[in-house]
Amino acid sequence: MNSVRARRFLILALLLPMFAVADEASWDIAGNVELQGRLFTQDPLWPGQASQLGHVSIAVSADLRWRSALGNQRASLIPYVRWDGTDDERSIFDLREAYWAYEADAFELLIGANTVFWGVTESVHLVDIVNQTDAVADVDGEDKLGQPMVNLALQRDWGLVSIYLLPYFRERTFAGIDGRLRSPLPVDSDSAQYASSEGDNHLDLAIRYSHYIGDVDIGLSLFSGTSREPRFVPSTDSTRLLPYYDQIDQVGIDLQYTRDAWLWKLEAIVRDGFSESFAAAVGGFEYTFYQVRDSAADIGLLVEYQYDGRNDLEPFTIADNDVFIGTRLALNDIQNTAVLAGVAYDIDTGEAFVNVEAERRIGDDFFLELRLRAFAGAGPADRTFALVRDDYLQLQIARYF
Amino acid sequence: MKVRTTIILVMIAAFAISLADNANASADDDKGFDIAARSDRTDLGFGDSEVELEMILRNAAGQSATRSLRIRTLEKPDESVGDKSLVLFDTPRDIEGTALLSHAKILDPDDQWLYLPALKRVKRISSSNKSGPFVGSEFAFEDFTAIELNKFDYRYIGEEKCGDIQCDVLERLPRYENSGYTRQVAWVDQADYQIRKVEFYDRRGALLKVLELKDYRAYENGVWRAHLLVMTNLRTNKQTDLVYGDYEFGIGLSENDFVKGRLSRLR
Repeated sequence: MNSVRARRFLILALLLPMFAVADEASWDIAGNVELQGRLFTQDPLWPGQASQLGHVSIAVSADLRWRSALGNQRASLIPYVRWDGTDDERSIFDLREAYWAYEADAFELLIGANTVFWGVTESVHLVDIVNQTDAVADVDGEDKLGQPMVNLALQRDWGLVSIYLLPYFRERTFAGIDGRLRSPLPVDSDSAQYASSEGDNHLDLAIRYSHYIGDVDIGLSLFSGTSREPRFVPSTDSTRLLPYYDQIDQVGIDLQYTRDAWLWKLEAIVRDGFSESFAAAVGGFEYTFYQVRDSAADIGLLVEYQYDGRNDLEPFTIADNDVFIGTRLALNDIQNTAVLAGVAYDIDTGEAFVNVEAERRIGDDFFLELRLRAFAGAGPADRTFALVRDDYLQLQIARYF
Repeated sequence: MKVRTTIILVMIAAFAISLADNANASADDDKGFDIAARSDRTDLGFGDSEVELEMILRNAAGQSATRSLRIRTLEKPDESVGDKSLVLFDTPRDIEGTALLSHAKILDPDDQWLYLPALKRVKRISSSNKSGPFVGSEFAFEDFTAIELNKFDYRYIGEEKCGDIQCDVLERLPRYENSGYTRQVAWVDQADYQIRKVEFYDRRGALLKVLELKDYRAYENGVWRAHLLVMTNLRTNKQTDLVYGDYEFGIGLSENDFVKGRLSRLR
């Protein structure tokens, strides 16, 4: 639990002029409790990792939302707490949202912590850069930490321009020494280093334009500031890795062409990183067979190619020359039963990452998720070798309120 | 010689009959369209609206599940352009905040975006899945998105009693692609020109579903709305009820409330 960060966030939240107008304002209180169990299939590989195969965690999220009587102001407060029975570094407190926003017809000003998503592809999210990844929450990188921001969004006939001032940096979460799914040396998250002399107080800037023209949706983005991905430098006693956050400039584009049952997708970035500029891209398609064999079910086929031109001095990526093939099954039943299964295969090394996600509602208030992750084909010199014994099955049940 | 004359006479007669038949068909088409247009135009000028509703899904065993949602609509008075609509889900709780934005077109596929609050992600989705079930209900996407006058060709079938009132009966033939229906039959009452019942015939021409529209109320602006829609699937015996609350009209929604950039800022 990172209490310094937590305090700073609470102060930020209290500063919000949230509940200024309370007459006939609307409130919405919701939340959920998630109980998660992971079962690893093999003993751990690295010294210090807890020996038991079963790991349990519990997470609680409370959502408090407010909208003014006139409807033109809103506020949101979403604290999130996770406790992990094995790895202290996986226990966190976060404010996923803690903001106040003023809305007019053609613009919106938002102040506080929020989460935004940019992009279109499924297997890698290259363009999405505003929020830090809660990497220890899930290896898919889709869990995010709330980012403090001042966001001005301008809606015009020709699209949406959104400007973000990001005054405070959130560090990526990593597994601790007890945890699975980590590098051979554990990452010491308390000893982060920064290229900027301002450390985690560097003011980052992001701008995004998004619009659509007929069947094409387009997003253009610009980011200048602290890299969300760290490099790692060994500690002086070589027992730990220290995250090092560089200053970067990045431009991104995301495109989707939607035609009949086809979605064609592309994301590309050029980043001026630590050592040199490089480009990365991911592109492909999703094709859906609707109402298969006269049932209500849809089956989608997803193919994406991942390229990344960065050198070994830059933050590490596994998606450098990989093909992702996946399928999505949606039963379209009352319980929203859905399965996504896929494999990302590294053309250079033969490493494969297998991912199966199945989910279903139970009753009105419970939601069950099953996840299977496996790492295959890595030799001792390969990048996913560190995870070679970390195949796991995860079962999660959430109760919504 | 005589045989040949007979054949020619028969052919001439057949041609004449088919001409007359065509004329009848075309008159029926016009009458069908006129009735549909009169019904559609009772709706004109509502501007914008918001309504809360409950969707009750019932299976053949009598079990049910309820979803609550809100629908906001922006009218496009021009009949060659479709309305814009936003469907917001309040329950079940795990999908609370999910939103579907549709820019309806007449014959081209609609533009549709889905907002997934868990990931804060806006996804452009394919609208070619017209015949697919809308959130697990017996309503297909094409039943649920705005019914535009010019999405169909019409044919007048006749008159029939529908409950206590007299109805015109029309056939509607989808003109847009990817419909799950070969045809629909609609009952439109002769007093208030509102649609009371629709039968949906599947791609093989068999009767698949019946929609009953009940509890019509007229609002101050002269617009009529049904407040109970019951869709029954005759093949599965599943049923979906849509129970509407009171409509609010003229609440000042604008084009900017129906853009994809708005979807992440609705709550």
